[in-house]
Amino acid sequence: MIARDPFARRRAAAIRAKEWAQVWLDPSTFGLVVLMPLILMILFGNAVSLDVRHSRLGVVDRDHSQASRELVGILRNNESFAVVEGPSLGALERGLVDGTLRGVAVIPEGFGESLLREQTQDLQLITDGAQVNTATFLTGHLRDAVRAWVAARAGEGGVAAPAVLEVVARYTYNPGLQSRFMLVPGAIGIVMAMIGSLLTALIMAREYERGTMEGLLSTPIAIPSLVLSKLLPYYVLGLASTGICVAVAVLGYGLPFRGSLLALFLIASAFLAAVLGQGLLISAGTKNQFVSTQFALLSGFLPSLLLSGFLFEIDSMPRAIQWLTYIVPARYLIPPLQSVFLVGDVWSLFLPNIVVLLGFGAFFFLRVTRAIKRTIA
Amino acid sequence: MAEEPLLRLVDVAKRFKGARRGAPPVQALDGISLTLDPGRSLGLVGPDAGGKTTLMRILAGLVEADRGSVEVMGRPVAELDRNQVGYMPQGGALYGELTVRQNLELYARLRGVEPEDNPDRMATLYRATGLADFRDRPANRLSGGMRQKLALACAVVAAPPLMLLDEPSVGVDPVSRREIWDLAQELAGPHSAIVWTTSILDDASRCDDLILLHQGRILYEGAPSGLAKVAADRTFAAPLPSEGRREALQDLLERAEVVSASMSGRSLRAICRSASPPPGRTWLPAEPNAEDGFSALLDDGRPLPPSVLAEAFPPRTADRDRPAIAALQLTKRYGAFTAAQDITFTVFPGEIFGLLGPNGAGKSTTFRMLCGLVTPSGGLGTVAGRELTRAAVGARAALGYMPQKFSLYGDLSVIANLRFVAGTYGLKGAGARAAVDRVVAALDLEPFTAHMAGLLPLGIKQRLALGAAVLHTPPVLFLDEPTSGVDPLVRREFWHHINAIAARGTAVLVTTHFMDEAENCDRLLLINRSQAIASGTPDDLKRAVLGNPDPTLEQAFVTLIEAQARSESAAA
Repeated sequence: MIARDPFARRRAAAIRAKEWAQVWLDPSTFGLVVLMPLILMILFGNAVSLDVRHSRLGVVDRDHSQASRELVGILRNNESFAVVEGPSLGALERGLVDGTLRGVAVIPEGFGESLLREQTQDLQLITDGAQVNTATFLTGHLRDAVRAWVAARAGEGGVAAPAVLEVVARYTYNPGLQSRFMLVPGAIGIVMAMIGSLLTALIMAREYERGTMEGLLSTPIAIPSLVLSKLLPYYVLGLASTGICVAVAVLGYGLPFRGSLLALFLIASAFLAAVLGQGLLISAGTKNQFVSTQFALLSGFLPSLLLSGFLFEIDSMPRAIQWLTYIVPARYLIPPLQSVFLVGDVWSLFLPNIVVLLGFGAFFFLRVTRAIKRTIA
Repeated sequence: MAEEPLLRLVDVAKRFKGARRGAPPVQALDGISLTLDPGRSLGLVGPDAGGKTTLMRILAGLVEADRGSVEVMGRPVAELDRNQVGYMPQGGALYGELTVRQNLELYARLRGVEPEDNPDRMATLYRATGLADFRDRPANRLSGGMRQKLALACAVVAAPPLMLLDEPSVGVDPVSRREIWDLAQELAGPHSAIVWTTSILDDASRCDDLILLHQGRILYEGAPSGLAKVAADRTFAAPLPSEGRREALQDLLERAEVVSASMSGRSLRAICRSASPPPGRTWLPAEPNAEDGFSALLDDGRPLPPSVLAEAFPPRTADRDRPAIAALQLTKRYGAFTAAQDITFTVFPGEIFGLLGPNGAGKSTTFRMLCGLVTPSGGLGTVAGRELTRAAVGARAALGYMPQKFSLYGDLSVIANLRFVAGTYGLKGAGARAAVDRVVAALDLEPFTAHMAGLLPLGIKQRLALGAAVLHTPPVLFLDEPTSGVDPLVRREFWHHINAIAARGTAVLVTTHFMDEAENCDRLLLINRSQAIASGTPDDLKRAVLGNPDPTLEQAFVTLIEAQARSESAAA
């Protein structure tokens, strides 16, 4: 029926033209499409970081031997730490309490001597147990730094340290082991999820609220055609936002881009199909712009942030929650996106995810066309 | 040739579920049967919430009937070819931020008329609507009359055989109203049929046939003249006293033998429950019109009780000679455009002052300057002795304001809206409850209290808005087109309340497009093209009509507006 109607294409084009005109006249669209991705990328890229760099570490040297002074010097030169030296633990404790220090390392008396005798000697590290991640990282970094120093000393002294077992970690794809490399693709996913669902959350509700839906429904346009025509401009805007995010990632944060643009385009398109459809369904279901926006944030942004594996590893979640992550579209976006940036085109990873995302899109689209009934009351 | 009817409805019914769980369902339509032949026009009238819009939506295929058969052009409405129907929903379904051209071309393409391929049709549309010079103006910056014309054009771009127009003339001045009617005729195809809903009987009388819907049933069906005949032998006229016009009307309306009464020209008209005129005065039989018939047909047999709304207003007798509202050379400019120029008038306590004028003339701008919603570019406006643009928020408590556009919360219930407004005016506890109950009872809002305000029929929304404006019994009342979209019987009640409130000493400033209502005003100011062109009592204005011993105010209105247009074009 639709295919035989010569005016169907023109109607669809008329709706698209109208949507573009509305986008053009609405300054908030610019904010949503250009400014919000920029702000969110800057926030996620800088504020959210799992790296420990220049952690303020208090050091108390109770030994004052040549070796202990050398160790303090080594720590000072390590970029993981910003060393603050104090005369006693009591003097630094305050910093630990008010949070200006992440931890305090205490070099005990007799440290230098026992080192000469090649006896084991403990270093004490006091950390803030309330900041578990930071504490863990600090411990690890300190251990690494001290081990490296001990090994180097042994080499200098001409006595080869007995290499019982040596682990050489080679961090593939992320040689600098920067968490930013993992986080930024995730952040792009979050930004896309948020913008995608917000863009479309308003557009159907707005038609209902202003009574223009009644006018549209009274014309011969077919509903699937109406939905698709309304969706298309926002898909283009969503791609533009994605482009901005990718540009920030590569130019601003120096991420490598090892995959192809085609792969990125396909992945982004599939994901946008899912989130735009989600926003559209919310919009058509609530018929109210305010409720719709709230809903879009709750169902688009939060699950993407919490359940996509972006911040919290899915494998370490309780089983029930792991199952829940399967209905979060962002879960299927972030691994391919990380891959496009850091690894390259891995189609065996991309294709299944793209298929799932397109499935989401098709599901939402069908639901929307059903939710918008020809009848309005 | 016996033509196939365009519309054939047999025993159509529609019921909506109650607004609240446990609330009874609403029978919107019940047993509607009608036919409409090509080339005919059908006026759909009836009280607010009578089922007019539901019927229109059924015809447009936007609501499914529960029962009965609906055939459009010989086929069930479920198979409706939407190319054949031009439906103009209430409010017009225009995109306010888009221009006239964008709106028109959008609907043209949706309705299968490619503007490039049909330059003649587009040219006709622009010419007939008078919108040719406003192509690039956003729709929300058009005057009310122009907006309605644009909406009408959008609906009937393709000159469809069936034109469904829901309230095309609501909120439009008498001149534009006539133009909209002519426009519909001009844009119609040669055999197009028109269904036209309205709360204005004068408009409906221009149709070939009339249907009066009340509580979902057809109460009258036939020629407009037949509706007028319902009030035959029961309509009387008496000369209007020069003093105490309103009191005379008030007294008449509260009489048990009177259905309805109004002022027209120099006479007082009454429609009675029997063939004998009310006592007092020298009554002569008068020719009834469709509105009189409407009132007579819908008469519930009860005399109009004294206004409960007004009784709550404290009698204000002090300072009767100090103006409650004063406008002194109020001027508003938007860039090069002057929306209002040197508007000057005063309103005293207990007075009803009417601002008349075509859509877009500057009435609402003047209104908003006085209310403190718009800062004047020049001049001074005071309300209850204070300048509201500068005065503290508390000063606004002296004012009750009913805006032209529905400005309450659409997603709150009627009762929640009233409680909220009562709260904003500082009414608390028992006082607030009493005020809300009073308004609900006086304006018959009881059946709608749980309904979402945004989904109410137009006329009920207006009742709610009036109720919200008088909750706190203010000494000054601003009513911007209070009766637009309200059915004739409720209009009569609105004015009954307004007159009674003024009698308590409240100053009332009102705008209206109904000239019979303007007769209720003590004094009038006619504004056209941003300037005051005439002022005085209704009788003063009528003197402008030469060669007619008993002109109506509408004739005066048209004469004065046309005279200004002539003198301006002569000056140019």
